[in-house]
Amino acid sequence: MAQAQQNPTRMELTRLKKKLVTARRGHKLLKDKRDELMRRFLALVRENRELRERVEEGISSCNRNFVLARASMSRESMNVALMAPKQEVYLETDTQNVMSVEIPKFSFRTRTQNKDDIYSYGYAFTSADLDGAVKSIADILPDMLRLAECEKACQLLAAEIEKTRRRVNALEHVMIPQTEESIRYISMKLDENERSSQVRLMKVKDMMLESAHHYKEKLETE
Amino acid sequence: MYKIAVMGDRDSIYGFAAAGLEPVVAEEAADAAEKLRRLAESDYAVIYITEALAEKIEKEIARYADRPLPSIILIPGVTGNTGSGLRSVKRSVERAIGSDIIFGE
Repeated sequence: MAQAQQNPTRMELTRLKKKLVTARRGHKLLKDKRDELMRRFLALVRENRELRERVEEGISSCNRNFVLARASMSRESMNVALMAPKQEVYLETDTQNVMSVEIPKFSFRTRTQNKDDIYSYGYAFTSADLDGAVKSIADILPDMLRLAECEKACQLLAAEIEKTRRRVNALEHVMIPQTEESIRYISMKLDENERSSQVRLMKVKDMMLESAHHYKEKLETE
Repeated sequence: MYKIAVMGDRDSIYGFAAAGLEPVVAEEAADAAEKLRRLAESDYAVIYITEALAEKIEKEIARYADRPLPSIILIPGVTGNTGSGLRSVKRSVERAIGSDIIFGE
């Protein structure tokens, strides 16, 4: 499948040969990139899965605790208790470059340094279940943030792997074979031209010799 | 300085307020989509969203998939775990590898 129109010239041949070298090198580099991305992605995705299972488990137990707390308190007193949260989370983001993919890194600070200083209410009017529920949420928070980081990284890496894989395949199955085919076509065409011009020259030489020495007439007279 | 938001129905999220996350109550798809857009454009780096709500505004969420920020994470709500969080992880594996080799059940 030579490309439709290709000028069979030496210049075109040189150009194509250069292109082939570049394409081969690009293919090799992209393949390495894909393999490395894949390795990292697999490690991340395993971590992502574990974190997700842990976080989902944690959140459903938090929800259970809250349901219990709600059952033993009036809605109003619960709203009042949680109205003004004591804790605040500040997030710093940074990016990490993994094979030219920018993935976010989060680090967080909480407003109160003391881990047990998270209850935004006095203990007199609330049930003990609420304390447990609030505590369980505070406990799961670091895992939740790590999950956010990990899952985003997975999504970004997946997109990049998809792109890289397409490029590798395009080079491997389209660009490189097509260029090789064109090179073969042009070099055959050039060879053919050379042969035909050689034959033409031999013929012309014969004709010139004939007109100079008249071999045929001499043969006939003898 | 970035902040963290939690979106979903009231019962599922108000517990997170105690831990210092910003609760954003939304139940209807249109309302949620609008709120999500507003959060994503201001300085929220992480937005947790309940699975039930996420199913209603899947398209909106997909728009942020290829951006570094914000990170939108599904969490189970008070009504239980629908498994769509794990499914989204699975989808990214399928996208990267072509077939699912991690969660093969």
